[in-house]
Amino acid sequence: MTPFLFTFVVLGFSIGAGLLGSLLGIGGGLILIPVLTLLLKVDIHYAVGASIVSVIATSSGAAAAYVRERMANMRVAMFLELATTAGALTGAFLSGRVGGRGVYLVFGAVMAYSALVMLRRMNSTQVAPVPEDALADRLGLHGSYWDESTGREVDYRVTRPLAGLGLMYVAGTVSGMLGIGSGALKVPAMDLTMRLPLKVSTATSNFMIGVTAAASAGVYFARGHIDPFIAGPVCVGVTLGAWLGSRHLMAKMNASWLRALFVCLLLWVAFEMLRKGWSS
Amino acid sequence: MSEAPSSEPRPSPPASVTLPAGPEAVPLVPELLISDLLRYGVLISLSLVTLGTTVTFFRHPDYLVSSEALERLTAPHPVPHGLADVVAGAMAARGQSFVMAGLLVMMAVPVMRVALSLLIFRQQKDRLYVAITTAVLTLLLVSFLVGAAEG
Repeated sequence: MTPFLFTFVVLGFSIGAGLLGSLLGIGGGLILIPVLTLLLKVDIHYAVGASIVSVIATSSGAAAAYVRERMANMRVAMFLELATTAGALTGAFLSGRVGGRGVYLVFGAVMAYSALVMLRRMNSTQVAPVPEDALADRLGLHGSYWDESTGREVDYRVTRPLAGLGLMYVAGTVSGMLGIGSGALKVPAMDLTMRLPLKVSTATSNFMIGVTAAASAGVYFARGHIDPFIAGPVCVGVTLGAWLGSRHLMAKMNASWLRALFVCLLLWVAFEMLRKGWSS
Repeated sequence: MSEAPSSEPRPSPPASVTLPAGPEAVPLVPELLISDLLRYGVLISLSLVTLGTTVTFFRHPDYLVSSEALERLTAPHPVPHGLADVVAGAMAARGQSFVMAGLLVMMAVPVMRVALSLLIFRQQKDRLYVAITTAVLTLLLVSFLVGAAEG
Protein backbone atom coordinates (compact mmCIF):
# COMPACT_ATOMS: atom_id res chain seq x y z
CA MET A 1 0.00 0.00 0.00
CA THR A 2 1.29 3.44 -0.87
CA PRO A 3 0.99 6.37 1.56
CA PHE A 4 -1.53 7.95 -0.81
CA LEU A 5 -3.76 4.90 -0.75
CA PHE A 6 -3.22 4.53 2.99
CA THR A 7 -4.50 8.06 3.55
CA PHE A 8 -7.70 7.28 1.67
CA VAL A 9 -8.19 3.92 3.36
CA VAL A 10 -7.80 5.57 6.77
CA LEU A 11 -10.13 8.38 5.69
CA GLY A 12 -12.72 5.86 4.54
CA PHE A 13 -12.59 3.81 7.75
CA SER A 14 -12.74 7.02 9.79
CA ILE A 15 -15.87 8.22 8.00
CA GLY A 16 -17.40 4.81 8.65
CA ALA A 17 -16.41 4.91 12.32
CA GLY A 18 -17.82 8.42 12.72
CA LEU A 19 -21.07 7.42 11.03
CA LEU A 20 -21.51 4.27 13.04
CA GLY A 21 -20.51 6.07 16.22
CA SER A 22 -23.11 8.75 15.76
CA LEU A 23 -25.81 6.21 14.92
CA LEU A 24 -25.07 4.12 17.98
CA GLY A 25 -24.31 6.98 20.30
CA ILE A 26 -20.75 5.98 21.00
CA GLY A 27 -17.51 7.58 19.91
CA GLY A 28 -15.54 6.84 16.82
CA GLY A 29 -12.46 5.97 18.89
CA LEU A 30 -13.81 2.71 20.21
CA ILE A 31 -14.38 1.51 16.64
CA LEU A 32 -11.41 3.14 14.98
CA ILE A 33 -8.57 2.05 17.25
CA PRO A 34 -9.16 -1.68 16.62
CA VAL A 35 -9.37 -1.01 12.86
CA LEU A 36 -6.11 0.96 12.85
CA THR A 37 -4.21 -1.52 14.99
CA LEU A 38 -5.63 -4.93 14.06
CA LEU A 39 -6.33 -4.26 10.38
CA LEU A 40 -3.88 -1.58 9.27
CA LYS A 41 -1.07 -2.56 11.67
CA VAL A 42 -0.55 0.95 12.96
CA ASP A 43 1.43 1.14 16.21
CA ILE A 44 -1.11 1.38 19.04
CA HIS A 45 0.40 4.56 20.44
CA TYR A 46 -0.11 6.39 17.13
CA ALA A 47 -3.63 4.97 16.88
CA VAL A 48 -4.44 6.29 20.35
CA GLY A 49 -2.86 9.68 19.55
CA ALA A 50 -4.87 10.01 16.33
CA SER A 51 -8.08 8.95 18.03
CA ILE A 52 -7.76 11.44 20.87
CA VAL A 53 -7.62 14.38 18.44
CA SER A 54 -10.66 13.12 16.55
CA VAL A 55 -12.45 12.82 19.88
CA ILE A 56 -11.86 16.54 20.46
CA ALA A 57 -13.21 17.31 17.00
CA THR A 58 -16.45 15.39 17.28
CA SER A 59 -17.04 16.39 20.89
CA SER A 60 -16.56 20.08 20.11
CA GLY A 61 -18.82 19.87 17.09
CA ALA A 62 -21.60 18.18 19.04
CA ALA A 63 -21.12 20.42 22.06
CA ALA A 64 -21.53 23.53 19.90
CA ALA A 65 -25.12 22.44 19.23
CA TYR A 66 -25.86 21.25 22.79
CA VAL A 67 -24.67 24.51 24.31
CA ARG A 68 -26.81 26.51 21.93
CA GLU A 69 -29.85 24.50 22.96
CA ARG A 70 -28.89 24.94 26.63
CA MET A 71 -29.01 21.18 27.06
CA ALA A 72 -25.52 20.84 28.53
CA ASN A 73 -25.15 21.89 32.17
CA MET A 74 -22.03 24.04 32.05
CA ARG A 75 -21.60 24.30 35.81
CA VAL A 76 -21.75 20.54 36.32
CA ALA A 77 -19.35 20.19 33.38
CA MET A 78 -16.82 22.65 34.75
CA PHE A 79 -16.95 21.12 38.23
CA LEU A 80 -16.47 17.57 36.95
CA GLU A 81 -13.74 18.62 34.55
CA LEU A 82 -11.56 19.10 37.61
CA ALA A 83 -11.57 15.31 37.95
CA THR A 84 -11.57 14.32 34.28
CA THR A 85 -8.55 16.47 33.40
CA ALA A 86 -6.63 15.18 36.42
CA GLY A 87 -7.62 11.65 35.41
CA ALA A 88 -6.67 12.23 31.78
CA LEU A 89 -3.21 13.35 32.83
CA THR A 90 -2.84 10.25 34.98
CA GLY A 91 -4.01 8.02 32.14
CA ALA A 92 -1.70 9.56 29.56
CA PHE A 93 1.25 8.97 31.86
CA LEU A 94 0.17 5.43 32.67
CA SER A 95 -0.02 4.57 28.98
CA GLY A 96 3.64 5.54 28.66
CA ARG A 97 4.54 3.32 31.60
CA VAL A 98 2.62 0.15 30.82
CA GLY A 99 3.48 -0.03 27.11
CA GLY A 100 1.44 -1.37 24.22
CA ARG A 101 0.51 -4.64 25.84
CA GLY A 102 -1.13 -3.06 28.85
CA VAL A 103 -3.03 -0.65 26.61
CA TYR A 104 -4.46 -3.58 24.62
CA LEU A 105 -5.57 -5.33 27.79
CA VAL A 106 -7.27 -2.29 29.34
CA PHE A 107 -8.83 -1.42 25.99
CA GLY A 108 -10.33 -4.89 25.68
CA ALA A 109 -11.74 -4.71 29.19
CA VAL A 110 -13.26 -1.24 28.71
CA MET A 111 -14.72 -2.30 25.40
CA ALA A 112 -16.41 -5.32 26.93
CA TYR A 113 -17.75 -3.11 29.69
CA SER A 114 -19.09 -0.55 27.18
CA ALA A 115 -20.90 -3.34 25.37
CA LEU A 116 -22.62 -4.32 28.61
CA VAL A 117 -23.57 -0.70 29.32
CA MET A 118 -25.17 -0.49 25.89
CA LEU A 119 -27.01 -3.70 26.53
CA ARG A 120 -28.34 -2.37 29.82
CA ARG A 121 -29.51 0.84 28.20
CA MET A 122 -31.65 -1.10 25.76
CA ASN A 123 -34.14 -1.83 28.52
CA SER A 124 -33.60 0.85 31.13
CA THR A 125 -36.04 2.31 33.65
CA GLN A 126 -35.97 5.31 36.00
CA VAL A 127 -37.40 7.34 38.95
CA ALA A 128 -37.15 7.56 42.79
CA PRO A 129 -36.76 11.03 44.33
CA VAL A 130 -33.39 12.78 44.22
CA PRO A 131 -31.85 13.05 47.72
CA GLU A 132 -30.93 16.52 49.01
CA ASP A 133 -27.27 17.42 48.84
CA ALA A 134 -25.74 20.47 50.53
CA LEU A 135 -22.63 20.57 48.37
CA ALA A 136 -24.67 20.40 45.18
CA ASP A 137 -26.68 23.37 46.49
CA ARG A 138 -23.51 25.26 47.36
CA LEU A 139 -22.09 24.63 43.88
CA GLY A 140 -25.35 25.62 42.23
CA LEU A 141 -25.42 22.49 40.08
CA HIS A 142 -29.19 22.21 39.67
CA GLY A 143 -30.65 23.25 36.36
CA SER A 144 -33.40 22.93 33.84
CA TYR A 145 -33.76 21.99 30.20
CA TRP A 146 -36.32 22.32 27.47
CA ASP A 147 -38.10 19.06 26.81
CA GLU A 148 -39.09 18.88 23.17
CA SER A 149 -41.54 15.99 23.55
CA THR A 150 -43.65 17.58 26.28
CA GLY A 151 -42.98 21.14 25.14
CA ARG A 152 -42.07 22.57 28.54
CA GLU A 153 -39.09 23.46 30.71
CA VAL A 154 -38.10 20.60 33.04
CA ASP A 155 -36.32 21.39 36.32
CA TYR A 156 -33.94 18.85 37.77
CA ARG A 157 -31.84 18.53 40.90
CA VAL A 158 -28.37 17.08 41.20
CA THR A 159 -26.96 14.97 44.02
CA ARG A 160 -23.73 13.26 45.18
CA PRO A 161 -21.26 15.59 43.41
CA LEU A 162 -18.28 14.03 45.19
CA ALA A 163 -19.14 10.51 44.08
CA GLY A 164 -19.48 11.92 40.58
CA LEU A 165 -16.09 13.54 40.90
CA GLY A 166 -14.53 10.19 41.87
CA LEU A 167 -16.11 8.34 38.96
CA MET A 168 -15.04 11.11 36.58
CA TYR A 169 -11.46 10.66 37.68
CA VAL A 170 -11.67 7.02 36.63
CA ALA A 171 -13.36 7.97 33.34
CA GLY A 172 -10.65 10.56 32.71
CA THR A 173 -7.91 8.02 33.37
CA VAL A 174 -9.42 5.54 30.91
CA SER A 175 -9.89 8.30 28.37
CA GLY A 176 -6.28 9.48 28.68
CA MET A 177 -4.90 5.97 28.53
CA LEU A 178 -6.88 4.75 25.53
CA GLY A 179 -7.52 7.88 23.51
CA ILE A 180 -11.29 7.49 23.62
CA GLY A 181 -13.93 9.87 24.95
CA SER A 182 -15.17 7.28 27.47
CA GLY A 183 -18.70 8.68 27.37
CA ALA A 184 -19.79 5.13 28.22
CA LEU A 185 -18.30 5.77 31.66
CA LYS A 186 -19.21 9.45 31.98
CA VAL A 187 -22.90 9.23 31.16
CA PRO A 188 -23.75 6.57 33.80
CA ALA A 189 -21.76 8.56 36.38
CA MET A 190 -23.99 11.58 35.81
CA ASP A 191 -27.19 9.75 34.98
CA LEU A 192 -27.19 7.04 37.66
CA THR A 193 -25.03 8.55 40.42
CA MET A 194 -25.66 12.29 40.21
CA ARG A 195 -29.17 11.81 38.87
CA LEU A 196 -29.06 14.23 35.97
CA PRO A 197 -31.66 13.49 33.29
CA LEU A 198 -30.27 11.21 30.58
CA LYS A 199 -30.52 13.88 27.88
CA VAL A 200 -28.64 16.38 30.03
CA SER A 201 -26.06 13.73 30.99
CA THR A 202 -25.43 12.94 27.35
CA ALA A 203 -25.10 16.59 26.35
CA THR A 204 -22.89 17.44 29.32
CA SER A 205 -20.72 14.38 28.72
CA ASN A 206 -20.15 15.55 25.16
CA PHE A 207 -19.32 19.00 26.35
CA MET A 208 -16.74 17.65 28.83
CA ILE A 209 -15.11 15.11 26.55
CA GLY A 210 -13.29 17.77 24.53
CA VAL A 211 -11.56 19.18 27.58
CA THR A 212 -10.71 15.73 28.94
CA ALA A 213 -9.27 14.71 25.60
CA ALA A 214 -7.30 17.95 25.26
CA ALA A 215 -5.56 17.24 28.57
CA SER A 216 -4.30 13.86 27.41
CA ALA A 217 -3.68 15.09 23.85
CA GLY A 218 -1.18 17.55 25.32
CA VAL A 219 0.84 14.69 26.76
CA TYR A 220 0.60 12.58 23.60
CA PHE A 221 1.67 15.52 21.46
CA ALA A 222 4.68 16.26 23.64
CA ARG A 223 5.63 12.60 23.49
CA GLY A 224 5.47 12.60 19.68
CA HIS A 225 2.58 10.15 19.47
CA ILE A 226 0.31 12.41 17.45
CA ASP A 227 1.44 11.68 13.93
CA PRO A 228 -0.02 14.13 11.40
CA PHE A 229 0.07 11.45 8.71
CA ILE A 230 -2.36 9.24 10.64
CA ALA A 231 -4.16 11.76 12.84
CA GLY A 232 -4.93 14.09 9.90
CA PRO A 233 -7.17 11.76 7.87
CA VAL A 234 -8.63 10.24 11.04
CA CYS A 235 -9.64 13.65 12.34
CA VAL A 236 -11.25 14.80 9.10
CA GLY A 237 -12.91 11.43 8.46
CA VAL A 238 -14.47 10.90 11.88
CA THR A 239 -15.85 14.45 11.97
CA LEU A 240 -17.29 14.11 8.49
CA GLY A 241 -18.84 10.74 9.32
CA ALA A 242 -20.35 11.94 12.58
CA TRP A 243 -21.76 15.00 10.86
CA LEU A 244 -23.29 12.93 8.07
CA GLY A 245 -24.71 10.52 10.62
CA SER A 246 -26.35 13.19 12.72
CA ARG A 247 -27.66 15.07 9.78
CA HIS A 248 -29.01 12.49 7.40
CA LEU A 249 -29.48 9.17 9.06
CA MET A 250 -30.41 9.72 12.66
CA ALA A 251 -34.13 10.26 12.31
CA LYS A 252 -34.76 7.50 9.83
CA MET A 253 -33.19 4.59 11.59
CA ASN A 254 -34.59 2.42 14.28
CA ALA A 255 -31.31 1.56 15.87
CA SER A 256 -32.33 -1.17 18.29
CA TRP A 257 -31.51 -4.23 16.17
CA LEU A 258 -28.39 -2.45 14.96
CA ARG A 259 -27.47 -1.86 18.58
CA ALA A 260 -27.85 -5.53 19.46
CA LEU A 261 -25.69 -6.48 16.50
CA PHE A 262 -23.14 -3.95 17.54
CA VAL A 263 -22.96 -5.23 21.11
CA CYS A 264 -21.95 -8.62 19.68
CA LEU A 265 -19.35 -6.95 17.47
CA LEU A 266 -17.97 -4.99 20.43
CA LEU A 267 -17.64 -8.16 22.51
CA TRP A 268 -15.84 -9.94 19.70
CA VAL A 269 -13.39 -7.06 19.16
CA ALA A 270 -12.87 -6.80 22.92
CA PHE A 271 -11.89 -10.46 22.86
CA GLU A 272 -9.46 -9.87 19.96
CA MET A 273 -7.84 -6.93 21.73
CA LEU A 274 -7.49 -8.90 24.97
CA ARG A 275 -5.94 -11.81 23.09
CA LYS A 276 -3.49 -9.51 21.34
CA GLY A 277 -2.52 -7.96 24.68
CA TRP A 278 -2.15 -11.40 26.22
CA SER A 279 0.01 -12.95 23.55
CA SER A 280 2.20 -10.03 22.45
CA MET B 1 -19.46 13.88 20.67
CA SER B 2 -17.62 10.77 21.24
CA GLU B 3 -19.55 8.16 23.06
CA ALA B 4 -22.70 10.09 23.73
CA PRO B 5 -25.28 7.38 24.07
CA SER B 6 -28.41 8.87 22.63
CA SER B 7 -30.12 9.94 19.52
CA GLU B 8 -29.09 13.56 19.93
CA PRO B 9 -27.80 15.73 17.12
CA ARG B 10 -24.11 15.46 16.44
CA PRO B 11 -21.55 17.97 15.17
CA SER B 12 -23.12 21.24 14.19
CA PRO B 13 -26.61 20.35 13.15
CA PRO B 14 -28.69 23.37 12.18
CA ALA B 15 -29.12 24.96 15.58
CA SER B 16 -32.15 27.00 14.65
CA VAL B 17 -34.27 23.93 14.00
CA THR B 18 -33.79 22.44 17.46
CA LEU B 19 -34.07 25.61 19.51
CA PRO B 20 -36.82 25.54 22.11
CA ALA B 21 -39.86 27.57 21.24
CA GLY B 22 -40.65 28.91 24.73
CA PRO B 23 -39.64 32.23 26.26
CA GLU B 24 -36.17 30.65 26.56
CA ALA B 25 -35.93 30.50 22.79
CA VAL B 26 -33.24 33.18 22.65
CA PRO B 27 -30.05 31.61 23.99
CA LEU B 28 -28.00 33.59 26.44
CA VAL B 29 -25.00 35.37 25.00
CA PRO B 30 -22.35 33.28 26.85
CA GLU B 31 -23.81 30.09 25.39
CA LEU B 32 -23.73 31.58 21.91
CA LEU B 33 -20.13 32.74 22.31
CA ILE B 34 -18.97 29.29 23.45
CA SER B 35 -20.94 27.57 20.71
CA ASP B 36 -19.40 29.77 18.01
CA LEU B 37 -15.91 29.32 19.42
CA LEU B 38 -16.30 25.53 19.24
CA ARG B 39 -17.81 25.57 15.77
CA TYR B 40 -15.33 27.88 14.08
CA GLY B 41 -12.37 26.38 15.92
CA VAL B 42 -13.17 22.95 14.50
CA LEU B 43 -13.74 24.37 11.02
CA ILE B 44 -10.41 26.20 10.95
CA SER B 45 -8.59 23.14 12.22
CA LEU B 46 -10.10 20.79 9.66
CA SER B 47 -9.34 23.24 6.83
CA LEU B 48 -5.69 23.37 7.86
CA VAL B 49 -5.50 19.57 8.03
CA THR B 50 -7.05 19.18 4.58
CA LEU B 51 -4.84 21.86 3.06
CA GLY B 52 -1.74 20.30 4.64
CA THR B 53 -2.57 16.82 3.36
CA THR B 54 -3.03 18.15 -0.17
CA VAL B 55 0.26 20.03 -0.03
CA THR B 56 2.03 16.89 1.21
CA PHE B 57 1.01 14.84 -1.79
CA PHE B 58 2.01 17.62 -4.18
CA ARG B 59 5.43 17.83 -2.63
CA HIS B 60 6.01 14.09 -2.33
CA PRO B 61 4.86 12.55 -5.59
CA ASP B 62 6.63 9.33 -4.56
CA TYR B 63 3.94 8.85 -1.89
CA LEU B 64 1.56 8.02 -4.72
CA VAL B 65 3.57 5.06 -5.95
CA SER B 66 6.09 3.83 -3.39
CA SER B 67 4.91 1.41 -0.74
CA GLU B 68 8.19 1.53 1.17
CA ALA B 69 7.36 5.06 2.24
CA LEU B 70 4.37 3.71 4.11
CA GLU B 71 6.43 1.44 6.31
CA ARG B 72 8.47 4.45 7.35
CA LEU B 73 5.28 6.28 8.14
CA THR B 74 3.38 3.71 10.20
CA ALA B 75 6.25 2.27 12.26
CA PRO B 76 7.44 4.19 15.33
CA HIS B 77 9.37 7.24 14.15
CA PRO B 78 10.05 10.77 15.29
CA VAL B 79 7.33 13.30 14.50
CA PRO B 80 7.52 17.04 15.20
CA HIS B 81 6.41 17.44 18.78
CA GLY B 82 7.61 20.85 19.82
CA LEU B 83 5.81 24.08 19.09
CA ALA B 84 8.98 25.46 17.51
CA ASP B 85 9.31 22.46 15.14
CA VAL B 86 5.74 22.85 13.97
CA VAL B 87 6.04 26.60 13.38
CA ALA B 88 9.34 26.20 11.53
CA GLY B 89 7.81 23.49 9.35
CA ALA B 90 4.76 25.56 8.56
CA MET B 91 6.98 28.49 7.59
CA ALA B 92 8.83 26.23 5.19
CA ALA B 93 5.42 25.27 3.77
CA ARG B 94 5.85 21.62 4.64
CA GLY B 95 2.51 19.91 4.30
CA GLN B 96 2.77 17.73 7.41
CA SER B 97 3.47 20.80 9.50
CA PHE B 98 0.26 22.39 8.26
CA VAL B 99 -1.57 19.23 9.26
CA MET B 100 0.13 19.36 12.65
CA ALA B 101 -0.78 23.02 13.04
CA GLY B 102 -4.39 22.09 12.30
CA LEU B 103 -4.27 19.35 14.93
CA LEU B 104 -2.80 21.82 17.41
CA VAL B 105 -5.64 24.26 16.72
CA MET B 106 -8.01 21.37 17.46
CA MET B 107 -6.27 20.69 20.79
CA ALA B 108 -6.41 24.39 21.60
CA VAL B 109 -10.19 24.66 21.05
CA PRO B 110 -11.21 23.12 24.41
CA VAL B 111 -8.48 25.10 26.17
CA MET B 112 -9.87 28.32 24.70
CA ARG B 113 -13.37 27.22 25.66
CA VAL B 114 -12.27 26.90 29.30
CA ALA B 115 -10.50 30.26 29.12
CA LEU B 116 -13.66 31.85 27.72
CA SER B 117 -15.73 30.27 30.52
CA LEU B 118 -13.30 31.78 32.99
CA LEU B 119 -13.95 35.25 31.57
CA ILE B 120 -17.69 34.67 31.68
CA PHE B 121 -17.70 33.47 35.31
CA ARG B 122 -15.53 36.41 36.17
CA GLN B 123 -17.94 38.83 34.60
CA GLN B 124 -20.76 37.19 36.55
CA LYS B 125 -18.67 37.69 39.71
CA ASP B 126 -19.01 33.99 40.52
CA ARG B 127 -15.95 33.53 42.75
CA LEU B 128 -16.37 29.81 43.36
CA TYR B 129 -16.55 29.01 39.66
CA VAL B 130 -13.73 31.38 38.82
CA ALA B 131 -11.60 29.25 41.17
CA ILE B 132 -12.82 25.94 39.73
CA THR B 133 -12.30 27.10 36.14
CA THR B 134 -8.83 28.43 36.92
CA ALA B 135 -7.90 25.03 38.35
CA VAL B 136 -9.13 23.23 35.21
CA LEU B 137 -7.23 25.65 32.98
CA THR B 138 -4.08 25.13 35.04
CA LEU B 139 -4.39 21.35 34.73
CA LEU B 140 -4.74 21.72 30.94
CA LEU B 141 -1.65 23.91 30.66
CA VAL B 142 0.28 21.59 32.97
CA SER B 143 -0.53 18.66 30.65
CA PHE B 144 1.26 20.39 27.79
CA LEU B 145 4.24 21.45 29.91
CA VAL B 146 4.71 18.24 31.90
CA GLY B 147 4.23 16.16 28.77
CA ALA B 148 7.04 18.11 27.15
CA ALA B 149 9.32 17.65 30.14
CA GLU B 150 8.66 13.91 30.25
CA GLY B 151 8.78 13.30 26.52
